[in-house]
Amino acid sequence: MFWDQASETLSRPLLERAQLAQLQETVRRVALSVPFYQQKFASLGLKPEDIQSLADVRRLPFTANDDLRAHYPTGLLAVPLEEPVRLHTSSGTTGKPKALLFTRKDIDQAAELVARSLVMTGVTRQDVFQNMMSYGLFTGGLMMHYGAEKVGCLVIPSGPGTSERQLMLMQDFRTTVAHILPSYALYFAGFLEQRGIDPRRDLAWRKAFVGAEPYTEETRQKIQQALGIQVFNSYGLTEMNGPGVAFECEHQCGMHLWEDHFLLEIIDPKTGEPVPEGQQGELVLTTLKREAMPILRYRTRDITRLLPGPCPCGRSHRRLDRITGRSDDMLIVRGVNIFPQQIERVLMAHPQIGRNYVIILEGLDDLTVEVELAAAGFDGDVEHVAALQHHLAEKLKAELWVRPKVNLVPAGSLPIAEGKAKRVIDKRSL
Amino acid sequence: MHLVAVFVENKPGQTARITKILADAGVNICWVTIAHSGSFGVMKFLVDKLDLAVEQLKEKGLMVSLLEVMAVEAPDKPGALQAVAECLGRHQINLANCSGFVANNRAILIIETHELAQARQVLQAEGLKLLSQEQMLEL
Repeated sequence: MFWDQASETLSRPLLERAQLAQLQETVRRVALSVPFYQQKFASLGLKPEDIQSLADVRRLPFTANDDLRAHYPTGLLAVPLEEPVRLHTSSGTTGKPKALLFTRKDIDQAAELVARSLVMTGVTRQDVFQNMMSYGLFTGGLMMHYGAEKVGCLVIPSGPGTSERQLMLMQDFRTTVAHILPSYALYFAGFLEQRGIDPRRDLAWRKAFVGAEPYTEETRQKIQQALGIQVFNSYGLTEMNGPGVAFECEHQCGMHLWEDHFLLEIIDPKTGEPVPEGQQGELVLTTLKREAMPILRYRTRDITRLLPGPCPCGRSHRRLDRITGRSDDMLIVRGVNIFPQQIERVLMAHPQIGRNYVIILEGLDDLTVEVELAAAGFDGDVEHVAALQHHLAEKLKAELWVRPKVNLVPAGSLPIAEGKAKRVIDKRSL
Repeated sequence: MHLVAVFVENKPGQTARITKILADAGVNICWVTIAHSGSFGVMKFLVDKLDLAVEQLKEKGLMVSLLEVMAVEAPDKPGALQAVAECLGRHQINLANCSGFVANNRAILIIETHELAQARQVLQAEGLKLLSQEQMLEL
């Protein structure tokens, strides 16, 4: 089933011709309106006319996470400030977030890509779609919502958590499809079992779109088994509209990336050079049709590879393998991006805290920060230590968007690492 | 009067570890309380050799603090604790932690409060006896 058959099955030659035209237009626009790119082009001696082929994308500068953060709030805008109608921000930076602005057309195009993605898995306007991802500033909420509405589904903007209410909505409105985190899907399966609910018998739930954090093929099978549903892998990032960048079709064998909207490259993260076709590397994306904030060669830091060959579905947009890791030390917990440095900065701002800490990830999505108390932090009073522990958890929640458990331990109880400290212990089985 | 407070992880073996250090140093414990809050615990001891205890514990890498408390002696009969409590309450003094016991027919209360100086004053005015470190050790 196709939402936009012509675009989704466009022949490679025509697709690539359109990509080149869009790339040239995008480069022209940012050279005209975005000081950040103007400066980069100037230092490279680059002019828009230099982009003559798709291979010339490699002449363009990369855009990094730090660039977006440094140009918060509106430094990368290519349109007047009255034009954007939506703001989303992304986690994974210290202090200021990354701000992504969207015009009406950007919003509509983002919704188109989500609509394509959903219909590709078999969703129709008869479906009842429960969006169990965070709304607010996170794109997983509204961007997916608008796409599902476009298809004509009944969209339930439940957001995450409060499993009792999720279940009630599923039962009363006969939810058939849902957007959900892999960790929450596993948790919810356990919750249903506790309630004596057999999802196959008692619910109308048939499909889930799962993403926002990496998970293995084994976990996909586990979720499918536990809930009696089909799980489709979904890839997106706030910088590229959110969900709807790449998605699995009914064959569930890799995610089609919408190449008419994003120019993709897979590079060696150390050298910046493209890897041989089919090899693993870092995904780099360039927006081809974005109005408010076009982004050139964004370093996603996600490691993946292109899957070779055509897909039985007949789409000409190539498939990405599931994301297997990062080329930096970023973590994703409950769908939220976190850098260990963010945690370190909060901790070290407190003189009662020692230098040694460790971040433990376990279970499905439990985040614990164990940190040593400094001598200055102990005055014999249990309540003071408990209060400090609570205070740190609150501060970390404000910085990270996720509330970790904080364990204060005596100085000297954490292992001292030789050389670079191993700050993160990831015991999760997603 | 001072207690030795030790900050430890809330896991098996910690009490044994600390009491061994004190025993090896020949330190006698007259009173002890152990409380935990989640992943950590605080042990408080009244010992006969305060400075030695602190030195030994610190040497073995433990986090130690001195906690100032007061010891009050009340008559060993019904209503004695009530009298102390009412006195403190009347003066708006809040108890943080408190522990009581009877030894040799003498009723002793060990009181932690943020208003220590005021509490001492108020209880002495009421005619109650405050015990010093040495007097506690003689119980």
